[in-house]
Amino acid sequence: MYAFDYTRPASLAEAIEAMRGDEAKALAGGQTLIPTLKQRLASPATLVDLTGITEIRGICLKDGAVSVGAGTRHAEVAASADVRRLIPALSHLAGHIGDPQVRNRGTLGGSLANNDPSACYPAAVLGLGATVHTSAGRAIAADDYFQGMFTTALDEGELITSVDFPVPEKAAYMKFVQPASRFALTGVFVAKFAGGVRVAVTGASEGGVFRWAEAEAALGRSFAVGALDGVEASPDGMIGDLHGTPEYRAHLVGVMTRRAVEAAA
Amino acid sequence: MPKVSMTVNGKAVSGEVEGRTLLVQFLREGLGLTGTHVGCDTSQCGACVVHVNGESVKACTVFALGCEGAEVRTIEGMANPDGSLGVIQAAFQEHHGLQCGFCTPGMVMSAADLLKQNASPSEREVREWLEGNICRCTGYHNIVKAIMAAAATLRGEQVAAE
Ligand SMILES: Cc1cc2nc3c(=O)[nH]c(=O)nc-3n(C[C@H](O)[C@H](O)[C@H](O)COP(=O)(O)OP(=O)(O)OC[C@H]3O[C@@H](n4cnc5c(N)ncnc54)[C@H](O)[C@@H]3O)c2cc1C
Ligand code: FES
Ligand code: FES
Repeated sequence: MYAFDYTRPASLAEAIEAMRGDEAKALAGGQTLIPTLKQRLASPATLVDLTGITEIRGICLKDGAVSVGAGTRHAEVAASADVRRLIPALSHLAGHIGDPQVRNRGTLGGSLANNDPSACYPAAVLGLGATVHTSAGRAIAADDYFQGMFTTALDEGELITSVDFPVPEKAAYMKFVQPASRFALTGVFVAKFAGGVRVAVTGASEGGVFRWAEAEAALGRSFAVGALDGVEASPDGMIGDLHGTPEYRAHLVGVMTRRAVEAAA
Repeated sequence: MPKVSMTVNGKAVSGEVEGRTLLVQFLREGLGLTGTHVGCDTSQCGACVVHVNGESVKACTVFALGCEGAEVRTIEGMANPDGSLGVIQAAFQEHHGLQCGFCTPGMVMSAADLLKQNASPSEREVREWLEGNICRCTGYHNIVKAIMAAAATLRGEQVAAE
């Protein structure tokens, strides 16, 4: 790991100021960034530790949506009574990220800023059509936020402050675990709203998390596994690596979507 | 160099560290508490698990400076005040929950966090909880047995070793 200066601001205002510094980088749970620093894949001059900022932590209800602070850890989302009651699929997703120690440190904001193509939270944010709020005062719709693997709509130095998750009628997340990394080899988040169905797929595409339009249309007509008869994902643009071929992942997309519909219905 | 202060196993400690100093380095190299092990250094094996403010974390994936003012507990803090093995440690010995012992400090610290939250875990819950603790030797079976037995002892029940 290269050397860096470390600072731990106590307020969002101080953190925004610190992020203006040359080559400053935010540190949240560190569960992605610290391994990255160890591999010398990042070399910030200053690390701005966000864990001391209470303003961006915690869960509340806001205009019928569940608002989760960016600094809220996975274990807190999994244990929240409000999340369990209103969006049990989100609680389940958070409670199955990595392992207990990762969940005790890792945060929603860190996961979304990183936008790993195999991460779980991006599927929930896109699947539920959530809104990402930032330190620049922007409210970014999920459909605009994710811009390809490890790429997001965030500007340099811009911090995620909270995410508002609309409450669906029904939802479920099904993850086919890659057993070594514990990330999703393929994961699918299905959510049914009064106005339609959203299907978000993670772990499968070279473009990162995406919405599966054909499945959304079919499930919009009838929210049942049978509605997906003959609906298949194309292997074009799917990830091929030592864990699975594009064809295998395309197949998994179909299987996990059906399982998610079954679990939600 | 910045200074960090925290409480480790009930004792106030402090030392000079760099921004990049990991908690596990501070414990092992700064304080000489070498019971906390580094297995992978890639956040995956759990040999380095300690408690920070009562929660289990991977000490190889936390900076020392991030623990300013924190209460830290390591395997050295798990024995009884008279130096005899604590309940979870004794259960690992009794039920052959270790072979080489390299993973054991992390296993014990992880188990202690589980049993604090869930006094009567099912075998499945124990296995799921140990997702982040890798053991190369035992095949996990006796580790799970040891944790189930420790849970029973902590609940005040009698268990016979096999
Ligand atoms: C063993 C292991 C297993 C894992 N398994 C899974 C899994 O199954 N599913 C899954 O989804 N993830 C998994 N993860 C990743 C984990 O969820 C991370 O915690 C998460 O991806 C990053 O969150 P963090 O808070 O640790 O962020 P950090 O590592 O601190 O930061 C990650 C990135 O986000 C930036 N950042 C952090 N907070 C903000 C913010 N508020 N605003 C803007 N930028 C910010 C940082 O600058 C950095 O670039 C796993 C990790 C490990 C080590
Ligand atoms: S040494 Fe920390 S997880 Fe392996
Ligand atoms: S006892 Fe050897 S690694 Fe677990």
